Amino acid sequence: MRLGANLIIGGALFALAVIVGLLAPWLAHTDPVMDANLLNAEEPPSWIWWFGTDAQGRDIYSRVVHGARISLTVGIVSQLVNSVIGVTLGLTAGYWGGWWDDFVNGLTNLMLAIPSLIFALAIMAVLGPGLTSLLIALGLTNWSFTCRIARASTLSLKSQGYVQAAKVLGYGDLRIMITQLLPNMVGPIIVIGTLGMGGAILAEAALSFLGLGVRPPYPSWGSMLSEARDQITTAPWLSIFPGLAIFLTVLGLNLLGDGLRDILDPQSRSRRT
Amino acid sequence: MTGPPLLEVEDLRIDLNYRSSHVAAVEGVSFRIDRGETFGLVGESGCGKSITALALIGLLRQPLSIGAGAIRFDGREIQRLSAAEQRALRGNRIAMIFQEPMTALNPVSPVGRQIAEMFVLHQGKDWREANRLAVEALASVRVPAPERRVKDYPHQLSGGMRQRVMIAIALACGPDLLIADEPTTALDVTVQAEIIELMRNLCAERGTAILMISHDLGLVANVCRRVAVMYAGRIVEERGSDDIFRTSSHPYTQGLVDSLPRLGSRAALGRTRLTEIAGVVPAITDFPDGCRFNPRCARATDICRTTEPETTLLSAGGLVRCHHHA
Ligand SMILES: Nc1ncnc2c1ncn2[C@@H]1O[C@H](COP(=O)(O)OP(=O)(O)OP(=O)(O)O)[C@@H](O)[C@H]1O
Ligand code: SF4
Ligand SMILES: [Mg+2]
Repeated sequence: MRLGANLIIGGALFALAVIVGLLAPWLAHTDPVMDANLLNAEEPPSWIWWFGTDAQGRDIYSRVVHGARISLTVGIVSQLVNSVIGVTLGLTAGYWGGWWDDFVNGLTNLMLAIPSLIFALAIMAVLGPGLTSLLIALGLTNWSFTCRIARASTLSLKSQGYVQAAKVLGYGDLRIMITQLLPNMVGPIIVIGTLGMGGAILAEAALSFLGLGVRPPYPSWGSMLSEARDQITTAPWLSIFPGLAIFLTVLGLNLLGDGLRDILDPQSRSRRT
Repeated sequence: MTGPPLLEVEDLRIDLNYRSSHVAAVEGVSFRIDRGETFGLVGESGCGKSITALALIGLLRQPLSIGAGAIRFDGREIQRLSAAEQRALRGNRIAMIFQEPMTALNPVSPVGRQIAEMFVLHQGKDWREANRLAVEALASVRVPAPERRVKDYPHQLSGGMRQRVMIAIALACGPDLLIADEPTTALDVTVQAEIIELMRNLCAERGTAILMISHDLGLVANVCRRVAVMYAGRIVEERGSDDIFRTSSHPYTQGLVDSLPRLGSRAALGRTRLTEIAGVVPAITDFPDGCRFNPRCARATDICRTTEPETTLLSAGGLVRCHHHA
């Protein structure tokens, strides 16, 4: 099996982000919040301050490294919530059909009609800013694609011999869904999930940029961008490095998603075997 | 033997429901299978064999439904059972194997797990015990090195091996009845013979009755003690397998018998062309009036075109549905 370039580059970028996030306390040079020092405010990048410092003299490198934790937490947790909601709704709707299917379809269409960022904004406005509300807002608003994929997969898998066979063997609905349907749709669900994670990281950045996400002084990449916007001409490194971190992580996730699609796609899989 | 027969089908009708109307895809079908007996259902494609089998296990779904008649398994009427009671029968006391061993196994689950699932589901075993029993079940269908094979995925197995796994799954819980719907059509001839032999031996050892469904009269007569021939949704003749070649009474059965290649006889000697039954099976929506076989029947007379024949008991044993049976 030949692994695509997408998979390797994307996987490497995402792995890098995860490793940086995990090892943040050891990789960072200073404490990202406490180590403010006005004596070295707005230093440009140098051997001492790899990514420069901000107006309070905090090390941007250390803040970007710690920001990885927040951005990845938001990306992974909110996408997990989305996947669970989307798969549960899509699988049951496709399997049972009837009024439940109509209801889920209506809900999905509603979610697709309203841009999810606007939806998340509304939820944030109610819940107030902060990491927990961010996770709730992003976790509840991005399941429609997963739901559609899960429903479509269920509809096509339902007529497969092994699903029919399971009924003949006395499997109940839940057992059929868990053993016969779910494992046969994980491929596309993981692909959508990977792409969705990138989307969630971007959404976190956008919401934090608007002042609704993670609040300063805690460093998320989005909140760093938000703080840096007034100094974009005088101290561009304040925006460049968190921006680059977002860009590379989201790019990595998108490439990874595409690469995974190539190997997990049932069609390309059956071509190989 | 005392007690009710294992399976008793009485005057079964299966409706194919359109918007407001419905047509009978299967009608007036009756037969019974005793414990440990082997019974065959033969007929051309589309005559209603598979939907009859689905009705037996309570799995007909719209647009098909049971219109009339009764199906009694071990004295209990299937239609009267709750969904949960039906589920407890399926796979446990009535098992079924299909035509397509390629697709009847879950591609992402090791075969051992799929066998073990049956012990967990129907016998409440824990997974450790179930996995152990799965190895035994694989060994019983003569899969070599079963303790290694349980970890294989279906795509790692040949068609014949997969069908063995299907048999292991079907027989896992020691069912009373095994329904085999075209179990070997997808396999090549030598493998086919092995699988049939295996199925027959295992069922004989365990006293499991077989309902074998096929379009191949020769195959069915070989495996089963009694054979019912189905045409356009009706059973037209039921005979002991030994009689059916020598003394079949219904023109359709006789046509089937004549279309069989016989080793050492005509086919081998004179390479005479096999007789085929002229014409095609009528579509379910326009069965002809009278006897459904009349447009294709050489013996047909006026009464055949107007009046549906009743079932006649033959003195030699068996049943036939024909005005002019031999
Ligand atoms: N789900 C369905 N919807 C509509 N018609 C159906 C459905 N299933 C079966 N039928 C029709 O019912 C009739 C009997 O079908 P069945 O599958 O029992 O045939 P069969 O005897 O098993 O044929 P084969 O040898 O091809 O398997 C056919 O005419 C078929 O078109
Ligand atoms: S009833 Fe008439 S048409 Fe039907 S099989 Fe007998 S002879 Fe032929
Ligand atoms: Mg069939």
